[in-house]
Amino acid sequence: MTDQPAPLKRVLRFMGDNPIIPLIILLIMLIGVLEYMRPGIVNERWMGNTIKFAIPLAMLAACQTLTMLTGGIDLSAAVAATISAFVMATQVPIMGVPLAICIGLIPAILIGLVNGFGVAFCRVHPLIMTLGTGLIGTGCLQVYQRFVIATGSVVPDGLAWLGTGRTWGLPNSLLLFVPFAVVVIWAQRRTGFGRLLYALGSNQTASRISGVRSWQVLLALYALSGLIAGVTGLLYVGLIKAPSLSLVNPLLLPSVAAAVIGGTSIFGGRGGYAGTIVGALILTVLGTLLTLMQMPEGARRILFGLIILAVTTIYIRLTDQSR
Amino acid sequence: MSRIVARHGWTLGLLAILVLLFAFTKVIQPNFGPTGLDSLSRATLPFAFATAAMAIVVIAGGIDLSVASMMAVAGVTTAVMMDGAGTGMTLFTVVAVLVIGLGMGAINGALIVVTRVPDIVVTLAMLFVWEGVALLILKAPGGAATPWLREIIVGPFLVPWLPKSFVFLVVCLAVVWIPLRRSRLGLSIYAIGSDELAAYRSGIAIGRTRIIAYALCGLFAAMGGLTLTMSTGNGEPIPGPYLMASVAAVVLGGVVLGGGKGALLGPIIAVFILRLVRMDLTLMSVDPNVTTIVEGTIMVVVVMIGGVLAMRGRRQ
Repeated sequence: MTDQPAPLKRVLRFMGDNPIIPLIILLIMLIGVLEYMRPGIVNERWMGNTIKFAIPLAMLAACQTLTMLTGGIDLSAAVAATISAFVMATQVPIMGVPLAICIGLIPAILIGLVNGFGVAFCRVHPLIMTLGTGLIGTGCLQVYQRFVIATGSVVPDGLAWLGTGRTWGLPNSLLLFVPFAVVVIWAQRRTGFGRLLYALGSNQTASRISGVRSWQVLLALYALSGLIAGVTGLLYVGLIKAPSLSLVNPLLLPSVAAAVIGGTSIFGGRGGYAGTIVGALILTVLGTLLTLMQMPEGARRILFGLIILAVTTIYIRLTDQSR
Repeated sequence: MSRIVARHGWTLGLLAILVLLFAFTKVIQPNFGPTGLDSLSRATLPFAFATAAMAIVVIAGGIDLSVASMMAVAGVTTAVMMDGAGTGMTLFTVVAVLVIGLGMGAINGALIVVTRVPDIVVTLAMLFVWEGVALLILKAPGGAATPWLREIIVGPFLVPWLPKSFVFLVVCLAVVWIPLRRSRLGLSIYAIGSDELAAYRSGIAIGRTRIIAYALCGLFAAMGGLTLTMSTGNGEPIPGPYLMASVAAVVLGGVVLGGGKGALLGPIIAVFILRLVRMDLTLMSVDPNVTTIVEGTIMVVVVMIGGVLAMRGRRQ
């Protein structure tokens, strides 16, 4: 890389410095393939639908992105989201909508706090810690379900409007997502908290020596991740309209994939939320593409896995962040 | 003697817990005997193989999230090939499935080495791929296992207190692990897990060793899938809860995530502890969902204590 930059190398380096550009190119290429396969499919309605389904994925991927910045991961996010959606929906008939939403978010934050406690004080690897709390959460949810089996569940109209409705062709969930994304992107670059995440992820010892109290940051981070997951769950139940015990779980691995494709390093210190959003869009378009090809379910999963691998490989080559 | 205790303190502690748990089981279920042991041992088999598979890559400094999916591939392949098969075909199937396992693991390892993508991401992607392969082989649960092969893991061996399945497990693990542990290759696996740069500088072929570690992981996963089909009698394309359980048992068994430390004995004892806890709770007629909570809590508390102990150790 030190010799005279040839035109190709300059392009590559430019892409390496602005990793979101190759991702957007990939997204446009995928949409192009889709339009080529089924001319006329790419219209306003399709875009609205794609965005609608990409938003919960992108929000759940925010949990992964933020925790990955510190070198962690949040595998309990999907369970936290499911719990808050299910608890909220079953509490609505008893408590009324506003109170039910608050009650629904409490377990999600609690899961986040437990994660934060384990990671910050006991130094448990976040992967293990969050897998474990996810397991506990699932068990608690199943026990909880037996107590409320008689009350039934209601998805509030407001959430259904937010999840599925559209205004002037645009999905209403953008109302929630755009401010959310702006705040996350602003916070990760411009606030002290955001910079501490990058600092902890790049070099924990160095940040400790420079006076960062890592336990405060980690505790706040995982609690925040739980809260985001809870909100995602509420939004997603508005979209799906049928609360179940495994509502958000299918989004877990795609949310990790979205963050990784979006260029956030799983080892911490690199990446950001903007890439993750594009990653979530890429995965959603990819899903449509694979459905359109009418492949057997098995072949779809194989292709999905291979594409994640291919995109990450190319991406790591471009940004040269392997070591 | 005290050196042995100091070196294997963690394993001995686990063994003590296991003995206590057995005593506890005998107390709450006075007629707990050979039958109970047999069913415990048989239920533990696939978990034990999954744990062995996970342990070997964790020792090599990696992680393999696709263990459960590889087991599913091995399981359905067994079920499809053994459906109505004779003796010759059955033996061929066993060999073929083990080779397929080695192959799947080697593919995982090779992809990690060639693409230089973090192992978590590669095996996450391969989790989807192997799951897809299993679904292509068999869409819904089906197939069959050769009856005489199933007999291998049912019933006691020589004495009533020794289940055949336990002997089967020990033999399978020992055949792979003991020669490995005594060879240069085994040392290399520990070396790359402990310090990759130092291993590289001492002339270890990092890439090759890593691929072999993942291939062995695939081999154990294939054994797991094989025993799964042997014990249930049909193939199941959807992966079971083995990923989670294997990570828990590996951590509980004293293998440090990050690599270079631990062995196979600890995780295997740990997996028996986790299964026995589950069985005890069932015997006490606790709601199975509460059992899940208890299991998860045990796992989390154990890794928390482990983390605190590791931190203390570093300070001293």
